[in-house]
Amino acid sequence: MAGSDIAATGGRTASAPAAAGEPRRRLSGGPFWLVVPALLLLVAVLGLPLAMIVMRSFAEPRWGLQNYFWFFGTPVNLIVLQRTFVISAWVAVVCLVCGYPYAYVMTAVGPKLRLALILCVLVPFWVSGVVRTLAWVILLQDSGVINSVLRGLGLGSVRLIRTQTGVVIGMAQVLLPFMILPLYSVMKTIDLRLVQAARSLGASPARAFLQVYLPLSLPGVYAGAIIVFILALGFYITPALLGGPRSTMLSTLIQNQVLSLLNWGRGGAMGVVLLIATFVLLAIAAPLMRQPHRQGERR
Amino acid sequence: MKLPSRILLGLFCLLVAVWLVAPTFVVVPMSFNEKKSLAFPPDGFSWQWYHNFFTNTDWSSSFFSSLKVATVTALVATVLGTLAAFGLDRMKSRASGVLRALLITPMVVPGVVLAVGIYAVYLDTHLVGTMTGFVLAHTMLAIPFVIIAVSASLEVFDRRLEVAATSLGASRLTAFRTVTLPLIAPGMLSGLLFAFVTSFDEIIVALFITSPYLKTLPVQIYSSITRDADPTVAAVGTILFLVTSLVIGAGLIIGSRQGRR
Repeated sequence: MAGSDIAATGGRTASAPAAAGEPRRRLSGGPFWLVVPALLLLVAVLGLPLAMIVMRSFAEPRWGLQNYFWFFGTPVNLIVLQRTFVISAWVAVVCLVCGYPYAYVMTAVGPKLRLALILCVLVPFWVSGVVRTLAWVILLQDSGVINSVLRGLGLGSVRLIRTQTGVVIGMAQVLLPFMILPLYSVMKTIDLRLVQAARSLGASPARAFLQVYLPLSLPGVYAGAIIVFILALGFYITPALLGGPRSTMLSTLIQNQVLSLLNWGRGGAMGVVLLIATFVLLAIAAPLMRQPHRQGERR
Repeated sequence: MKLPSRILLGLFCLLVAVWLVAPTFVVVPMSFNEKKSLAFPPDGFSWQWYHNFFTNTDWSSSFFSSLKVATVTALVATVLGTLAAFGLDRMKSRASGVLRALLITPMVVPGVVLAVGIYAVYLDTHLVGTMTGFVLAHTMLAIPFVIIAVSASLEVFDRRLEVAATSLGASRLTAFRTVTLPLIAPGMLSGLLFAFVTSFDEIIVALFITSPYLKTLPVQIYSSITRDADPTVAAVGTILFLVTSLVIGAGLIIGSRQGRR
């Protein structure tokens, strides 16, 4: 406001001498106003909706904790809650087991091969998420690619679609890049001479890995695992299309309460539980993930 | 490392790479299926599902809705996100840290929770099934990507260049337009692309705030998959994959030319 007043009254002659002193003045109060439009949008389309959910979870059908008592008092909900955590943990483990060696190889190979490996990680990002899930339906269904290959080899068929295994396979493929990228960014900073030093001092390869390389890569492991786990907790499309009634996750239950049963209170309470779980995990994980920066500062 | 373990590691990586990439290509043969089924292997060869995509109004209208929503979203998100990235870059470090964390929260909030909340607000404000509603929600979801992309190019931007320009007599606006803007343009462009893709691909919020009059492509794809085995989705998937590959390929070529300069 003040700036525009000056501009209006000062005119052309006043602006030239002001220019020298202006950058410093802008640094104190100015930059915040640049963030305001984005913040306003955030408040309107993120803050308000989340506040609405929290309020409805306490206020509908009447004020009180009844929706939370219902959620934690109904065995089915607890089973689904537990399953959501178990599936997410499995996805994180699968991503870690597949992503760790992959990220390591990315740091060890030449630039051309590295580019190819990075491209493989990024390709999934430029395929529409829904289409990717469709691809998994085609692959996993009873008349799908995997089963026709297995039958061709005379190995019989496996039921994959509408099972938890199918859901984990599909989700892990979608989330694997989120594991590989943080792992890679930490691993490329590890000084491999440390491993060589351990080896020359008589450590076995396994010991050099466990005592030198693995601890140095842990910030990447934490970051990747937490990101994958948190994103997996909120997954909706993949479990809805690949899963069956026995692999329902919390998101599907929330959607069902709100859209099919029009029970905003119960759906809201479930949403709040999922939100709290997400943010508690983030709060726990934030210091673990920040470690690489601190190491950089110490050097 | 010994040779056998190297080979094992290499094979393992190859498998992971195949797992990452291969599912994408499965939709391509399915799109030429002669029969109306998604069973593998597909039967015969026909273009009928591509024909269906271009002639069936359900598909084409949802495609154009998505195009409209994503274009407006990308423009608005790029402007708001670039402004915010500038503000954050020029703020005191603690305040900017908190604000930055706040502005990228849309990336971690569980999709369905967000969608339910937005649906509730939109029901009260009559925004369900409207262009404005879609653009507002998608812009909020896309801003983090713009901020990340623009911040990355601001980090390597030498602010003394701007000071030099103003000291040589350029006004702040001229300095911004002729010095700063060209240097951060690649960051803005990749932010714009990310924002476009985010909106074009967004499904969860879209499923809640859609209406028979305004349906985006992902919603149409989703309802087609849940309704029946229609290979049109495979044709759509193939087209989308081709188009994005072309756009990203062009972006990579432009990017590498600029890097060489």
